[in-house]
Amino acid sequence: MSTGLAARSCLTANDWICGEYLRTRSQELTEATVEHVWITAASVLIGLAVAFPLALLVRARPAFAAPVLGLTTLLYTIPSLAMFSLLLPVFGLSAALVVTGLVLYSLTILVRNILAGLDAVPAEAREAARGMGYGPGRLLWEVELPLALPALMAGVRIATVSTVALTTVGALIGRGGLGNLIDDGVQTTFKAQVLTASVLCVLLAAAADLLLLGAQRLLTPWTRIPKAGRAA
Amino acid sequence: MGVLADAWTWLATGSNWSGESGAWHRLGEHVYVSGTALLIACAIALPLALWLGHIGRGGALAVSISNAGRAVPVFAVLALFMLTPLRSAGYAPTIIALVLFAVPPLLTNAHVGMREVDRSVVEAARGMGMSGRQVFLRVELPLAYPLLMTGLRSAAVQVVATATIASLVGQGGLGRIITAGFNTLDTAQVVAGALLAALLALVVEGVLVLVDRLVDPLRKAVSPGPARVSA
Repeated sequence: MSTGLAARSCLTANDWICGEYLRTRSQELTEATVEHVWITAASVLIGLAVAFPLALLVRARPAFAAPVLGLTTLLYTIPSLAMFSLLLPVFGLSAALVVTGLVLYSLTILVRNILAGLDAVPAEAREAARGMGYGPGRLLWEVELPLALPALMAGVRIATVSTVALTTVGALIGRGGLGNLIDDGVQTTFKAQVLTASVLCVLLAAAADLLLLGAQRLLTPWTRIPKAGRAA
Repeated sequence: MGVLADAWTWLATGSNWSGESGAWHRLGEHVYVSGTALLIACAIALPLALWLGHIGRGGALAVSISNAGRAVPVFAVLALFMLTPLRSAGYAPTIIALVLFAVPPLLTNAHVGMREVDRSVVEAARGMGMSGRQVFLRVELPLAYPLLMTGLRSAAVQVVATATIASLVGQGGLGRIITAGFNTLDTAQVVAGALLAALLALVVEGVLVLVDRLVDPLRKAVSPGPARVSA
């Protein structure tokens, strides 16, 4: 294969698809992908850590339902670029700014899905656990949470996929993971860089979605019982 | 607090509102590209979704389009457009990107709305001798209306938000106030632009909620849905 001459010219010719770009900039691409992954992961994990108590609060005190759900929906309406800009005076040009913005966005979906999951827990299961002497903490942790997992994981998947896409907007302050490469590529009209980074973003979202789907199947083995029965 | 005061001063300064890069012009651009894109997206998505819903097909398509729309970064699509000849076609890159991202919520919600219409109601309407057209206009459409409007609302908010991101690739709209502020390290302007963009999105959402309440054909016939949270 004549990689040498043909490949070098794809960089100078500014082709959309360029193997030489992948080879020469692999380190840059890896660094951007790593930043993208950790920003996304941190945002979703912190989002879950915030959404969970909020959902429990709403469930324990229905009076909080309207304000909590209203506020998270309101936050979701604010354009990402505006959200990041409004956080600028608080966080400065740091990754914490991007993560905070993404956490605020994830809350809408996460709070709603956690609530939907907990609501779907059959009353009989709850009663049975109480009858067996489960306290509220153990009831939540060992009965309600596992039964709420499918809805909760559906929310986590949606939130994660959206967060992977939204992270690119962090390029506004140079903290957008692969978004930085897209931004840089537009400024310098570098086609291979923009296309590669964009494709990597979509692949990352798809990979995260599949990973979470796999995790969900491992965590909820009982949802597969009917299928296994049919196969046998 | 100092930043908010500075942002307020920026907003209260008349010269920031006039001219080619003034707030009025940017707002006009924003509304123009958003409105155009939303109209085109409705013209594409609604007839298709309503027809597919009426004949009972395309469910998987509607869902997968919606999932794909979520995974593709708007910024990436805009960036790719800016590296094609579309670059010199005025607002076209933004409008096309906005249409692409407004179609999924419109399509999915309209389709789900049509499919969730109680089949027995449709059968009853047929039994009463209604034609396919009558079933569609008098039964399915009014019953699908709430989800249709939900789709329209999320599409509109999505479009207004996305139009802000267009500034990252140098296209017009309120986001330009923000990016221009970043370029001149003017935090007051960044925050002022962000406030305008956020306010516009909230106003659009609010107006649509209001319109929804006023126009819903079944508003008086059907009680509001059950509260999300059980006691």
